[in-house]
Amino acid sequence: MTTVYINKQAVEISEGSTIFDAAAKAGIRIPTLCHVENQFPKGACRVCMVDVEGARNMVASCTTPALEGMKITTNSKNVREARKFVVELLISEHCGECKTCVRNEDCELQQLATEMGIMEIAFPGETLKTFIDDSTPALVRDSGKCIKCRRCMTVCNEIQGVGSLFAQGRGFDSKIGPAFDQHLDGVMCVQCGQCAAICPVGAITEKEHIDFVWEAIEDPKKFVVVQTAPAIRAALGECFGYEPGTRVTGKMVSALRLLGFDRVFDTNFTADLTIMEEGTELLTRLKKALVDKQQVALPQFTSCSPGWIKYAEYFYPEILDNISSCKSPQQMFGAVAKTYYAKKAGVDPKDIVVVSVMPCTAKKFECQRPEMNDSGFQDVDYVLTTRELARMIKQSGIEFRNLEDGVMDSPMGSGSGAADIFANTGGVMEAALRTAYQIVTGRELPVANLHLQPVAGLEGVKKASLKIEGCLPAWSFLEGVELKVGVAHGLGNAKKIIEAMRAGEEFHFIEIMTCPGGCIGGGGQPRFTTNEIRNKRIGAIYAEDEGKQLRKSHENPEIIQIYEEFLKQPLSHLSHELLHTKYFDRN
Amino acid sequence: MSTPAFDYLFVFFEKLNLYHTIFIMTELKTEMTSCNCGEIQEEELYERLKIIVKSQRTIPGALIPVLQTTQNLFGYLPEKALRIISKELKKPYSEVAGVVGFYSYFSTTPKGKYTVRVCLGTACYVRGGQDVLKALQKELNIGIGGTTPDKKFSLEVGRCFGACGLAPVVMVGDQTFQRVKPTGVGEILNSFE
Repeated sequence: MTTVYINKQAVEISEGSTIFDAAAKAGIRIPTLCHVENQFPKGACRVCMVDVEGARNMVASCTTPALEGMKITTNSKNVREARKFVVELLISEHCGECKTCVRNEDCELQQLATEMGIMEIAFPGETLKTFIDDSTPALVRDSGKCIKCRRCMTVCNEIQGVGSLFAQGRGFDSKIGPAFDQHLDGVMCVQCGQCAAICPVGAITEKEHIDFVWEAIEDPKKFVVVQTAPAIRAALGECFGYEPGTRVTGKMVSALRLLGFDRVFDTNFTADLTIMEEGTELLTRLKKALVDKQQVALPQFTSCSPGWIKYAEYFYPEILDNISSCKSPQQMFGAVAKTYYAKKAGVDPKDIVVVSVMPCTAKKFECQRPEMNDSGFQDVDYVLTTRELARMIKQSGIEFRNLEDGVMDSPMGSGSGAADIFANTGGVMEAALRTAYQIVTGRELPVANLHLQPVAGLEGVKKASLKIEGCLPAWSFLEGVELKVGVAHGLGNAKKIIEAMRAGEEFHFIEIMTCPGGCIGGGGQPRFTTNEIRNKRIGAIYAEDEGKQLRKSHENPEIIQIYEEFLKQPLSHLSHELLHTKYFDRN
Repeated sequence: MSTPAFDYLFVFFEKLNLYHTIFIMTELKTEMTSCNCGEIQEEELYERLKIIVKSQRTIPGALIPVLQTTQNLFGYLPEKALRIISKELKKPYSEVAGVVGFYSYFSTTPKGKYTVRVCLGTACYVRGGQDVLKALQKELNIGIGGTTPDKKFSLEVGRCFGACGLAPVVMVGDQTFQRVKPTGVGEILNSFE
């Protein structure tokens, strides 16, 4: 342990900590625009300056190790003036028209400027050139607003291992972006939007679908249905002043109805459908391998996360056969909304507009994939992020906090607790095993409260094994099999588990979620997401699951109904047509 | 030493994990071969690039030395070469491009037969280096870092050649010209075939 003195207060910290960490431990907030939790500090923004007694100059606290006996001042005239000066310099280059910026009132630079009492542009002069890259379906980059903090670069390279963004050039002309001024659609960007979620300013944002959605709602000929992903209900409240981890499912439903959607449905319904299809697919693969002794691609990987799919298409095309052919719940929803539901409700599918609310930016890309039109139309028309939905609610004048709890419509509005936990890392795995284990043995998954603890939580790569015993006669070939499962979240961790698999480690089923923490930490979620907030959202999702009577996908009556009336059985011909897809080598 | 003998040694050193030796040998081989004055086929250059990158793959911080050697090999950094480097060193292409763009030494456009360097160090600057530079830009009709369409001349700026007594100084290839006047640049250029 090391003892340092911050503003005369003694702070004990572990060796190797920085001054920034020590201050955080002492409950002192040091402003920063470039720091990324648990990542090697870049020292790029220089806002976190502090005074160290005996040092020649002020130091950046994020890159300076806290050494024994150091006397640090975080609040003095000198420190305040230095920080203000740095922010003034950043503002002098920043081509940000706050009034017309999508990040107005949600901007870390603006917040700091207000906090520091910056009331005029101290250094007028040349600002950065605005270069807009809106080449991709999900993200828009504006180089004029970029303050080169390099947070996006850190998440893209070090957390996601994608490497689309890097500092290019030097000095005033430097930019953060793909190689040689390329657009994002020309490079291996998976559209996860972690860059947009961590950008302190408006330099990277999601491509808005709000206007299209308003237009559809206001068109009397259109029948607009909305689906909401499980992760939204655990995070939307943050946009309306609720504590992270507050569940707002009922209010969200009421708000959607007030916005004018004709039907409010739940992506949880198709999450349950995914489990039926994907679980059956896994059991079929195992049967082929164990009984028919066929060559079959194992382990099976989950396919719910479109960023992960694009990542595999770019970086690991040789494992595409291992990825479940199931579409993601969002796309399954679109496909059945414009077929099964259209028929049931007597609406012409060409008049149906399917809007998704997703914690994700990659879903905007996914809905525009050309193969996602098995209903005969584009299955999902528009995707709103959690942040966009909050903006629409605010635009409409709805007092979110005063809303009564609403209930989703039927027949695509009910979901089991297993569907809720799709939002958390480890959740799809747990949901799949709740159903698969019961199909095979006739008994409930033998774990406390149905939670598969070893695959829950924020550790990057998680593993578990489950011995299958007491199989029903039809599944006797699985008797005694030790089912080995792996879970990774964040694409850097996905890479680790794939490399482990290649090195010979045995798995039967692997869940990958693109974003750290799973969908609750998605690129479209309210800013700013830290591990503390991830954990709170994860807790809220588990509470939502535990509060339900219905906790297993195969017990969802609406799921039983759609198979009886429409799909017949998992992996049926019609299922294959509507609910399954294929992937493409993009390398 | 003949090329097959070199290649034999490469394999030998590779077995011993003596990658640095291989790297130096590659540089040596590049220099030796570039002296035989014949036009080397592009394919041959890419083969050599692959050997260089392979020899450096496991060394941390290999990117900059590999880029230097590659530029020596091709005269500039072609996109295809950068893609190979990115793939083999397992560095994102954006990072390779970022490093190339950071250092003015690296160039992604082919250089002319002669590189014209105008010194803008303090002594040359105060004695009119800037005007000489302007005259050269006008005469060659290219900007700093540019190359003439006939690939004869490239124009660059230097920061002190260590010949301040001769200011302002211009270098063309490895020849030095002293006390250059803006009106005299045409004559200098004309003396190069």
